[in-house]
Amino acid sequence: MLEIKNLHVSVEGRKILKGFSLKVDAGEVHSIMGPNGSGKSTLASVLAGRDGYEVTQGQVLYRGRDLLEMEAEERACEGVFMAFQYPVEIPGVGSIQFLTAALNAIRKHRGEEELDAFEALKLFKDKVKQLHMSDEMLHRSVNEGFSGGEKKKNEIFQMAVLEPSLAILDETDSGLDIDALRIVADGVNALRSPERAMLVITHYQRLLNYIVPDYVHVLVDGRIVRSGGKELALHLEEHGYSWAGERDPAAPAGASA
Amino acid sequence: MSGKLKGKGGLEGYLEAFKRFQNGAGGPSWLRDVRQAAIQRSAELGFPTVRDEHWKFTNLAPLAKKTFRAASGGGKITLDDVAPFVFRGQESARLVFVNGRYVEELSDPCAQPGGVIACSLAQSLGTHKELVEQHLAKHLDYERDFFAVLNTAFMADGGFVYVPARALVQRPIHLVFGTTKTSSPVVTHPRNLIMVGEAAEAAIVEEYVSLGGDEYFTNAVSELVVDEGAVLEHYRVERESERAYNIGTVRVQQGRGSNVTCHGVFLGGALVRNNMHPVLAGEGAECVLNGVFMPRGRQHIDNFMWVEHASPHCGSRQYYNGILDDKASGVFSGRIIVHKDAQKTDAKQTNRNLLLSDEAQMDSKPQLEIYADDVKCTHGATIGQLDDEAIFYLRSRGIAAETARTLLLFGFAAENLERMREEPIRRYVEDLVTGRLPRGEILKKLS
Repeated sequence: MLEIKNLHVSVEGRKILKGFSLKVDAGEVHSIMGPNGSGKSTLASVLAGRDGYEVTQGQVLYRGRDLLEMEAEERACEGVFMAFQYPVEIPGVGSIQFLTAALNAIRKHRGEEELDAFEALKLFKDKVKQLHMSDEMLHRSVNEGFSGGEKKKNEIFQMAVLEPSLAILDETDSGLDIDALRIVADGVNALRSPERAMLVITHYQRLLNYIVPDYVHVLVDGRIVRSGGKELALHLEEHGYSWAGERDPAAPAGASA
Repeated sequence: MSGKLKGKGGLEGYLEAFKRFQNGAGGPSWLRDVRQAAIQRSAELGFPTVRDEHWKFTNLAPLAKKTFRAASGGGKITLDDVAPFVFRGQESARLVFVNGRYVEELSDPCAQPGGVIACSLAQSLGTHKELVEQHLAKHLDYERDFFAVLNTAFMADGGFVYVPARALVQRPIHLVFGTTKTSSPVVTHPRNLIMVGEAAEAAIVEEYVSLGGDEYFTNAVSELVVDEGAVLEHYRVERESERAYNIGTVRVQQGRGSNVTCHGVFLGGALVRNNMHPVLAGEGAECVLNGVFMPRGRQHIDNFMWVEHASPHCGSRQYYNGILDDKASGVFSGRIIVHKDAQKTDAKQTNRNLLLSDEAQMDSKPQLEIYADDVKCTHGATIGQLDDEAIFYLRSRGIAAETARTLLLFGFAAENLERMREEPIRRYVEDLVTGRLPRGEILKKLS
């Protein structure tokens, strides 16, 4: 589904990713863990198509196509979804209006019929219910005045509505209390399927108690320094990121093609 | 009237026109006196220039140089032409004025309970002359406001609304002022007098629109007299032709504990001046000025707020948002004057602007003039572009960049639209605003 080969990315002339490689197949959940400044958010941003990131080397293939050639909206229409670390407040734009526009853009791209306002609303209400969230947020402007937890829940709700093939969660756990974390994790787990891949980016092992990954990769200074199964996360929690960086600087098996 | 008056630059035509206006003699004699004093004062004041502090950002030379013929009413306007002026889902009273004159066949004042009167000012001079005399032209600023004074010299028709004490206006009153296609540019001076009695409630919409007219001048004045405890929701929708001139003055006189919201939507006109002048005369009065203006092309829209706090414990809010495109320019000048006795004043002003092109220009100028010592006054202004992060957020959900921009522009204006409490009117205005946004039609599918 996703193949990242030797990716080098600079932001304002500063090298952030320095030869990042990763292969993710459908049905897999990969977790990228790393300390602050290791390049986690840069990775998410580059994959989602945010401006201001310069790819100086390497390649990203998504379902065999060059992902980096696509505009942000095309990536979304092709099934890439990023849950933002800091979701944006958009006063005056209603959540229903926003999500209907998004859903129909994607449906249209897929060659499916667009939903009318009534059908869309019904779908949103069903999803909200499934996720055990409150439908009050539907009647507010996008993220406006939401708490940190509400914003993150809203990201998961959007993901559930848009049903991406590749979901990238950028530090979705940061700043969440236990209840919100559970709701978010349940939402993510409900979306796990053999057709869908997920990239869970996090600083802490905590989230991985709830979203159990198939693979864990440790990102230090722009490169994957270690890969393994879910037990790697626990080990990391105990020994810290410096351990991972010191012991095995070469990218191990599973991290690259 | 001797005819010896000499006007400053640009006024000769108006003085000539005043002679043809029988020197203001139509109607009762007191009215003639008011008009004659007003033409005299107009001549003394003359057209303001950019040297005038209050007109620093708006050059009136093109307007002053142009000759406008007095409009003579008429025009071949049918019911079909005014059919679009309805608030869907809400029955409303409609008074239609064509080229400055009330047209009965196009209007439906509809009877309202509680003794509510909605008719033309010309009619009211016959049928309700005591009420009219009590307030007409009593509250204007003859010292500085040239256009309001000029309007007073030529006032002949407009909307007259009287809401007796404790009455509730159940159907909003919609005043439509249209200018038709004419062989040469015309000027109209619509004059509205709106009186809302003690503890009464009303919603009134003034709409200024082209009915085929291209280059013309609308110089409108509305006097809103709102008694103790009354609630008024006032809307002004300006969508003149993009070659027209529109100068509108709204003077609000507020009694104790009254609550007035003046909404404004400014879309049309080559040169538009929006003068808002509420005076919070009674203790505990509240006033909200809420507006959105969207000039494009070479349009110029100047919003001039003059909010006077004259009594203690009054509150005022100004929320004006501007969206400026192409080579358009805009002005927001928000003056808050707190008189000596107006302790515990709570006044707030915000003006936010989006510039969609490098050549659009906006001047925003807050002015606080405070003579009391226990007051809370705040102001804030921003001028900027659409938020890139918000655009990216929408695009990351599959929404095309152009659509994302349209959604965000609508969201920007929606902050003002959401303050409009009368839903059918809000929807009506929303439609007009969406119609003005690039690719605005896509929004219709989303709500």
